[in-house]
Order: sequence, then structure tokens, then C-alpha cells
Amino acid sequence: MSDTKPMCLSGKGVTKVFGFGEKKTVAVDHVDFEFREGELISIVGESGSGKTTISKMLLGLISITEGQIFFQDKPLDINTRAKKKKYWRDIQAIFQDPFTSYNVFNKIDQVLLDCIHMRGGKRFSKEKKLEMMTEACSFVNLKYAELTNKYPFELSGGQMQRLMIARIFLLKPKILLADEPTSMIDACSRATILDMLLNLRNEIGMTIIFITHDIGLAYYISDKVYIMEQGKFVERGTADEVILNPKAAYTKRLISDVPKIYEEWDLSTVNSTARA
Amino acid sequence: MGKTILEVKDLTTKYITRFHEDVYAVDHVSLTIEEGKSLGIAGESGCGKSTLALSLMGYYFAPLHYMSGDIIVDGQNISKLDPDTIRKNILGTEIAYIPQAAMNALNPTQKIIRFIEDVIHVHDPKMPKKDIYELARKRFEELGLPASVLERHAVELSGGMKQRTVIAISTILSPKVLIADEPSSALDVTSQKMVIKMLRNLMEMGYIKSMIFITHELPLLYNVTDDIMVMYAGQIVEKGTAKEMVFNPTHPYSKGLMGSIIVPEAGTRDVKLAAIPGTPPNLKKPPSGCRFAERCKYVTDECKMNAVGLREFGDNRSYRCILDIEKLREEYANE
Amino acid sequence: MKNTIRQVFHSPKFVVGFSIFVLVLLSLFIYPLFVPGNPLQMVGLSSFSEPGTYVSVYDAIDSEPDIMKLPEADAKRLADKLNEEDRAAMKEWLLLIGIPEADIDTTDTKSLLKLWEEKYDPSLKPAGMTMAKRNYYKRLNTNLEQALNASEVVIATENAETGALEEAKVVTDTDYINTKDVINSITLPLGTDNFGRDTLKELVSAAKTSIMIGLIAGSIATFIGLSTGLLAGYIGGWVDELILFITNLFTVIPGFIILILVSYGIGQENRGATTCAIVIGFTSWTWTTRSVRSQVISLRNRDHVNLSKLSGHSLLRIILNDILPYIASYVVMALILQISTAILAEAQLSMLGLGPKTTEIPTLGLMMNWAMLYSAHTHGYWWAYFPVLLIIALISFSLNLMNTGLDQVFNPTLRD
Repeated sequence: MSDTKPMCLSGKGVTKVFGFGEKKTVAVDHVDFEFREGELISIVGESGSGKTTISKMLLGLISITEGQIFFQDKPLDINTRAKKKKYWRDIQAIFQDPFTSYNVFNKIDQVLLDCIHMRGGKRFSKEKKLEMMTEACSFVNLKYAELTNKYPFELSGGQMQRLMIARIFLLKPKILLADEPTSMIDACSRATILDMLLNLRNEIGMTIIFITHDIGLAYYISDKVYIMEQGKFVERGTADEVILNPKAAYTKRLISDVPKIYEEWDLSTVNSTARA
Repeated sequence: MGKTILEVKDLTTKYITRFHEDVYAVDHVSLTIEEGKSLGIAGESGCGKSTLALSLMGYYFAPLHYMSGDIIVDGQNISKLDPDTIRKNILGTEIAYIPQAAMNALNPTQKIIRFIEDVIHVHDPKMPKKDIYELARKRFEELGLPASVLERHAVELSGGMKQRTVIAISTILSPKVLIADEPSSALDVTSQKMVIKMLRNLMEMGYIKSMIFITHELPLLYNVTDDIMVMYAGQIVEKGTAKEMVFNPTHPYSKGLMGSIIVPEAGTRDVKLAAIPGTPPNLKKPPSGCRFAERCKYVTDECKMNAVGLREFGDNRSYRCILDIEKLREEYANE
Repeated sequence: MKNTIRQVFHSPKFVVGFSIFVLVLLSLFIYPLFVPGNPLQMVGLSSFSEPGTYVSVYDAIDSEPDIMKLPEADAKRLADKLNEEDRAAMKEWLLLIGIPEADIDTTDTKSLLKLWEEKYDPSLKPAGMTMAKRNYYKRLNTNLEQALNASEVVIATENAETGALEEAKVVTDTDYINTKDVINSITLPLGTDNFGRDTLKELVSAAKTSIMIGLIAGSIATFIGLSTGLLAGYIGGWVDELILFITNLFTVIPGFIILILVSYGIGQENRGATTCAIVIGFTSWTWTTRSVRSQVISLRNRDHVNLSKLSGHSLLRIILNDILPYIASYVVMALILQISTAILAEAQLSMLGLGPKTTEIPTLGLMMNWAMLYSAHTHGYWWAYFPVLLIIALISFSLNLMNTGLDQVFNPTLRD
């Protein structure tokens, strides 16, 4: 059913190689993917599997060594600054660590105003801008009046990440790339953030690419799951397929290594010499 | 009922900041652990769980200061001993502590065996190096670590291996209590599983008599420990067996915490994730009433007025709320 | 920002360094207000006059005397006349005429003089004594006699017509004048240098020039280092390679040698203080480049920079807005260190004679150079070089202390 939706982002043989000669490392190795509009896709992998590299390539922050990314079925062309700027209106990101995601010298108002300006709201009246900012803040349960003239670091981690979502709310991109947005946040605030992300998806109908190392979290929120191991997608499919009936050995291992609460967690499967 | 290994009575410790403000990070905490049991401590970051771990050693250094209470390890009260005695006679033999990111504490210029020699020589300066090596080799092999690790440097080991080595070093003197503070948080899931298995082995082989395990990952806690204690703003808010705590929490905060568990198992997708709005109180000026009142769904005016004590119920469980259990259960059922 | 400044001023090291520096700077500006005049004016006709207050002998004689009673006056005057050399010579004479050594005590002025009065006979010719030596003893004797019965000195003026000397004034040994009444007097707290210039006045002016050189050179070095470091670190790629290559080139060739060669190449005539400062600035930026570059590289991949890029901000705006504020504290520290290094570099250059042109303006290095050329250190004219050293050390110390204090504030791992 979901495969009838129009294609949003796809890739063929996308590869990223860092360094050259002896120091060459292949971070992402000839991967293909198809992300359809309105889906929530999780890319799951352990640290070093190349998931951050692929997210940076999708964002156009680093170049692609080989292969091609397609945006809405057209080859992605971001060779000039203007084209990049245009592309970045369609794709935005939320990063892992809210404490390093903000420029600590800019006030919160500046962060939100930037977004309005980027959407062509430079000439809006002051009242209009204020109204937009207030609306964005209230969407993520923050009060604009309490935030104005404050710096981001005066907020808690959860609040900062919510402000990031407010930013996305103002920018209304077609694709949101969320790079482990909840891994630095306490479990009790995590649910709030995830809820807001899902609400935002319904509100503006965007595609979310969710990058995480937590296979349980990926299972909980996503429609499609891609499992990544050492630069390759070893398994893909709907969340239920991949998590409940894993086919690839890596996925099986990953799932068995995560503590369970409903079933017995089998500790005997640990191979103590593996990855030593 | 087994023999009590660790008993803590009304322990209070505080931080004194640079601007001479007091932060009561551990506020009248009492707990007991019996032989062969493990206790998990759960809570948000900043709730005082790491400070509690530090305080339990009885080894205080600025800005952490001891205020009141007793720490009794196997019948010996260590809370009023001087730091030197603690370092020589308690740490390592009675209590061992594994801090967060302990694996980065290994000096990269030394071989692993040197750390073990150091640890043993503090307590037994005359033990010959050959005997130490033999002891270490035997212990490492029992715990599933290759003996060749002893002759290697820390930089040659992977993160998971380093962490397991640190645990093996810390428990070489067979301490009665092992305090592990997020021992596996920085590791990938596979290494985490190996660390957990090793801790289990240590308990089963009797090298440690009891364990306190601190983590913010509740599924992990559920699988590792017998009992779980939930801390909030420096206080214990609920205590009980792991199973009871995860599937049948009483306190609204524990309820929220347990509701945020996500595991890759069938059933997870059907559960609505619980969220607790707001942030923990500032411990420089803790609220006079219930510390959770600000974020609680079932808050009443009375909550904000008076401090609430721990109330015991059922089989060795207790919780800190003015509402009765029946009332809370009713509320939860209605949701 | 406000908080940072408050923190900076809570660091004791920074506060001490800052106070010393401000105190030095203030005194450099205040002193010329009280003691105006050209610092390079030669006030003394001899070189290396000792520190002290000098009064005009002529005016002193002309002033209205007061009669004072100073009990020790005679003894002091005698002691002044009888220096160690004379005492030794007297002992030599007395020994020659056969006085046992045990009776002669050169330290006891009274007994020595008594013995001398009794035994000295100008007509005596001890064996082996030259004429000159005998005359020396005669002069010594006269001096001593005069000192012993100094009662009056007659000052005479020459009559223009007759050419005869006429008594103008009699000065008795109880006449004293207030030095304040002497119209022409000069106080030289640090004496004069080899050219007879007031060392203190020169020092004040020189320190000011040196600090100015430090500021100019430090700013230039920091500016070059900062801009190249930012470009190399942020843009990366071949720009980074090129800048790094040039920086490495400047690093492997000792900076001081380049400095010497450039200074020499410019030539004596064209080397003013500003030129010198520019030369120092242009040769000492490499360190700043390297450290700024490494800081920027670690910042470049931070999420807030990525986010700024995604917001479509221009390169310049990202550098100015998202990178520069983060390294600002670091750059301030680098600047302070560069100033201190530049002051020392100027001193070193001038010591070699490659500093600023010598006739127009003094610098701390030049003062050291002059003191060295005229062997002030071997003759013990401490006032010509020691205060200069002290000022260089003080400025450099205060700047480095400020730097350490800032480091402690900005680098949390050093905080105690």
C-alpha cells in the first residue's frame, strides 16, 4: 500500500569514502534506498555503521563519492550555493545533542526569526512575526513570553530539543532528518519529543528520516526500518517485518542483545570473543 | 531472609558549590541489601543517583560533604571513618566502585597487570608479583577474559573489553558490595550484554556478595537486579522488586518512568508512551512539600504544603505519596 | 557576555596581572604630566651620573644662609675626606717610620688622626719613597689640616677694573642653606645614562613606545593569524593545504632569524618604531594561525554550524556568527600573549642593534642596547639597565598572568 505513495528521496549506489590510499575508509558502501512521501523511516545501526555519514550526505553537507541521490525522482543537483539553498528549504534536520545544536551567542528569538526569514518572511510586520513565533512555541508546549530574550542554554535539554521542533514547524520542510534526537534526553521527556515529532508530521505532512541506535525506539515509531551494518543496509522492510521476523543475522543479533521485559533476555547467546 | 550485607540509614550528603550554596543531592536515603541480592537505582539525570553511589563509599572529597546517617557494611559502620582508613581498609575489600566511563581511567602507559598489583599492594604490600599474576590469571579466565589481556596496555583493548577489564580489576579483592554506576552506557549493545553477563557471573561465583547497579536504562535494570529503587530529586520515591516496579508501579513518578520503556518486542507499539511534563526542582531550594508536586497529575494543595514520608506496604515495598495505594490504582485504571 | 566578564574578574591571577599592567600603564601616562620635557634631552654633561638630587653650586653659595648647629658635622666632614685609600696610605707611612702595627687602627678615625698629627713630618724622607708619593702625603696632610680646623671659607670675586680679588662672602662651617631655596636643582631618581639623559624620563617614554610596539605587532600578528586560521580551518581543502604550507615554512625557519634579516634589509634609516612593530607583527603570526585553525576544525563539524548552513547562511556570516564568538576568548588570550612576545622581540632586536632608529625615540630594547654598549653592567651603573629589565619583566609578567587567568576561566579543566 505504502509503495504507491510518490517517491521522496531515493538513492542508487550511494558511496562515501573518507581519505585515500592506506587510510581509506568506506563509510557508506553502495547503498540503495527508497524513502516515500509521508513515511517515517528509521535507519538503525551501531556507532561506526555509517548512519551519520549517510544523513550528512542526504542533507548535502558532505559530497557523495559515488552513486546518485534522487529527490522526487529527479537527480539531486546541489552544485551551486543557490541550488543548495533551495534544497535546504525542503530538507531540515534535528541533531543529537541539543547543547551543541545552538549557537550559544544567539538569543532564542534570533533562532526563530531566522526560520521566518528563510521562508521568505523577511518583510512581514513585527506583529505577524511575533504571532508566528508564538504559534510555533505553543505547538511544542513552550511559552514564547518566557523564552524571549533568553539564550538557548538557559533551557533544559528537553526544552531545547522542543525548540528545535518549533524551528521545523516554522520551516515546514518536506523532509526532516532526525539524527538521534532523543538519545541525550531523559526517558520521561523522550515521549513528549516523539509525540511532537509525530504531530508535526501529521500537521505538515512531511517525511521523517529517523536515525537511531535504539532498535526498540525505531520499532516503536517508524513505518519502515533500515538496518545498517558497516556501511551497508543489511535488512529493510516495515517495522513489524524487520523487528518481529528478522532475517539477517545482524538484525537478529542486534535484537537479541537488547534487554527485554516481556520475554526472558537470553544472556547465554553472548559470544565473549566476538568484537573483542 | 539472607544476611544483611549493606545497610544505609538516613544518609544525607550535600555538595557545597563555589558560591557556597548547599545542594542536598542525597536526602535521608535508607536502604538494605541482603547477601546475594542486587539493587538497581533508577531516575532521571540529576536525581542524585550517581551522588548516592559516591556517598555510599564513605569516601568524601570536596565539593561532596557528609552530613548525617550511617553506612554499615557487614556490621561495620564506615560512615565516620577517616578517609585514609577508608582507602586502605574499605575500598576494594568491602566496597568496590565502578564509575561512569571507568574504562577511560586506565593509564595508557601501564600494562593491565600493573593496576592489579597496585590494587592488591594497598591491602597486602608483601604479596609476591608471581602470586598476584597467578591470582589475576585465574580470575580473568573464570570471568571469560583472555589471560593475555594482563600483559597488554589499555589502548590495545576495545571499549567493551576495557570496561570488563576494569570491572575485573575492581573486584579482584572480592568486595562485599560492588557499586556500578552506568557501567555499560557508553558501550554498544553487544558489549553491554557481555558486561551484564560478567556482573551476573561475579555474583554467581560469589566474588561479590551484593551489587548496586545504577542506570537510566530501565529494561537493563529489570534484567540485572532483584530490586529497583526509584530516586527523584535526592529522595527515594519508591522501592520494590524489579518485576513489581516495572509492571505495577505505585508512585506517579515511577509510573511515568516505567511507561517510557521501549523494547523491540511485540506489544511495545500498542502501549502509549507516558510523558512527564516539566523539569525536576532546583535542589538548591527544594520545595517544602512533595518534590514531585510540580509535575504530578494528581497533585492536591496538601502535596505542596507538607513533606511526605515513605509509606511501606505489601511485601517489602514503600512509596512516597500522600495518596493511598487504592486511590492511585483506581486513577491508573481509569486512564 | 556579562557573566563571562564577571568570571574573568573573579580570577585572582587575572586581577593581579591586570592591576599590575594598568598600574604600569597609568604611571607611564601620569609621570610625564608632572615631569614634562623631551625624554632624549641630555641633561648631564658627564655620562652615568648617580641617582640623586643635584643642586647648582653657584646658587647654593648665593643663597641666604641659616646658622645651624650640627654636632656631627666635623666628624662627617672628616670621614668624607678620609677615604679607605687615604687610611691605607696613612698606615703605610706610619709603618715606615716604625710605629708597631698593633697601635694603628685604621677604622678608628680619632686615634688615627691623633697618631698622624703626632708622627707626621713632611721633612722626613723614608727610604725608597718617591717624590710623587711624598707630595701625595703633603696634600693629604693639608687637606686634613683644613678639614680639622675648617672655620671659614672666603669667597672672592675679581674686580673688573683692578683685577684684584675682593672678598665677596665668608662661609663659616655653621652656615647652612635650605636646598629648596636653591633655584637651580635637578632630581634624577635614576641618574643619567651614558649620554647624560634622565634615565627615568627616558624609561617612561621607552616603556610607552614598547607597549605601543607590542600592541601594533600583537594586533597585526593576531589579525593575520586569526584570518588565515579561520580560512584554513573552515574552508579546508586546498586553501587549508596552502595556508598550512606557508605557516609550516615560517615555523621551521626560526622566526627570529627572519626578523633579523627583514630588519637588516629595511635599513637603519627607515626603521621607525612603527616599522619595527609591523615587521615583528608580520613574522610572529604562525602560532596563532595554527591554534586558531585547530580550534576552527573542531568547531566546523559542530551541529550548530551545520544547522546554520541548513538555514542557508553565507560563508562570511557563518564564520563571523557561528565560529568567531566561540574562539573569541581564545583569540583574546592569543593577543595578550602576542603583545608580550612582541615587546620581548623588540628588546631582543634592539639589543642586536636592529631595533628602531636611535635618535628619535627610546624603546626598552634601545635602552638596554645603550647600557650594554657603554658597559654599564661591568661598571656597576645599575640604574642604566636594571630598571629597564624590571619594567620589561613586569609588563611581560603581568600580561602572562592575565593570560593564565583567562585560560583558567575559559578552560574548565584548569579550574580549581
